[in-house]
Amino acid sequence: MLRPSRQHAGYWAFLLHRLSGLALAVFLPAHFLVLGLALERQAALDQFLHWTELAPVKLAETLLVCLLTLHLAGGLRLLALEFLPWTERHKALITAAFGVSLFGGLLFLLNTA
Amino acid sequence: MAEDSSPDDAVQPELQVDVWRGGAQGQYQRFTVPRSANQTVLDVVTWIQRHRDASLAYRFACRVGMCGSCAMTVNGRPKWTCRTHVRTVTRDRYLQIGPLRNLPVLRDLATDMAPFFDKWQAAQGRFSGSHSRRDPLAVIPPQSHERQAADAAIECINCAVCYAACDVVQWQPDYVGPAALNRAWAGCNDVREADRGRILRAVASDGGCYSCHSQQGCAQHCPVGLNPTRSIAALKRAALASLSSHG
Amino acid sequence: MASAARAYLLQRVTALIMAPLVLAHLALIVYAVRDGLSAGEIMARTQGSIGWAVFYTTFVAAAAVHATIGLRNVLVEWTPLGRRTATLIAHTGGLLLLALGLRAVYAVVS
Repeated sequence: MLRPSRQHAGYWAFLLHRLSGLALAVFLPAHFLVLGLALERQAALDQFLHWTELAPVKLAETLLVCLLTLHLAGGLRLLALEFLPWTERHKALITAAFGVSLFGGLLFLLNTA
Repeated sequence: MAEDSSPDDAVQPELQVDVWRGGAQGQYQRFTVPRSANQTVLDVVTWIQRHRDASLAYRFACRVGMCGSCAMTVNGRPKWTCRTHVRTVTRDRYLQIGPLRNLPVLRDLATDMAPFFDKWQAAQGRFSGSHSRRDPLAVIPPQSHERQAADAAIECINCAVCYAACDVVQWQPDYVGPAALNRAWAGCNDVREADRGRILRAVASDGGCYSCHSQQGCAQHCPVGLNPTRSIAALKRAALASLSSHG
Repeated sequence: MASAARAYLLQRVTALIMAPLVLAHLALIVYAVRDGLSAGEIMARTQGSIGWAVFYTTFVAAAAVHATIGLRNVLVEWTPLGRRTATLIAHTGGLLLLALGLRAVYAVVS
């Protein structure tokens, strides 16, 4: 697992920020290609969108929403750390970022038909 | 002499200690060391050197947490060993003691600190004044805002614990690291400093403050409670402001 | 400006640009999935809209720059690749993202 010197909230926040960013960067080309289907004909896009109604795909989408929300909240935390007056409440802010991420995912899951 | 009778020190008879031997390509060697009251990690190393192997190489000087020379890796974490009690780092009477990470190992527990101090210089962590000895002493009121702000980054003992804890130092070998940048920020905070631009230009160059990812491993491990990440965040802002005003 | 400082500044500027865009994107996602997704519904919103064209073009451009810098950091720090190779791969990835992204914007707006 993590080496002992990395076992603190700041490292976890860094790691998840980086991994979520990486995952989003890998997902984006696929996202763009799918939207590009509309160039050929709308039916192709519809065919794909139909596929998103499968439960596993919905779960994957929920994960993506969580990752995007996490990267947003974690990024705002970093901007605040660097550009706003200093605070020592890092653990609270990191926890809040994870909370916001779960909330985002849940909101999506509850609204998706 | 009165025995310390705190329950933590109602001492188990002995410790199993793995100590790094050799250079970068060495291995751990097992020693059995008697436990004693209020024993520090440095006490353990010293006992081994005096009673088991006089050739063991390690550094220490003051033994009271001021000189910053005795830092080692203890059970995976960088620590100042003279002020680290054995009871605070092990629950099962086992210690693994190695040299600090991110520095070349000379022998056993002694690392070559030269890169650490070279980077200190690269970050321009030194004072340049504008007064001569004929001028009166600078008067800095202790209650002034500037003097209070300077408190944030002073009292570093140069132990390199933060440098060993920092992932970016490991991943980007040209990164000057938390200690050097913290020192640079202390220089910026000195109202007597005559050439702040020199410091800000140095820290804004490659390998400077913009390499930091704000993981705060440095603050997590700093034995004297400094937060280099905070200093680095301040440098990031100050250097940007100076870049935008001077091009 | 040193390359690390430039990368840092660009990373923060694109982050600041994207923060409100991501929030809007997330809100729209949650709103749009309520009755299921369909191409017709997406296109009805976006086709011919200058507002959405500007929104998504800005979003794609900022994301491409942001991802290039992030990817370069990851490659430099987590892989044995040298700085030059890492920069090359990251820029290639970023350009690909930009091209595919602009194509997607064109597809839903035109």
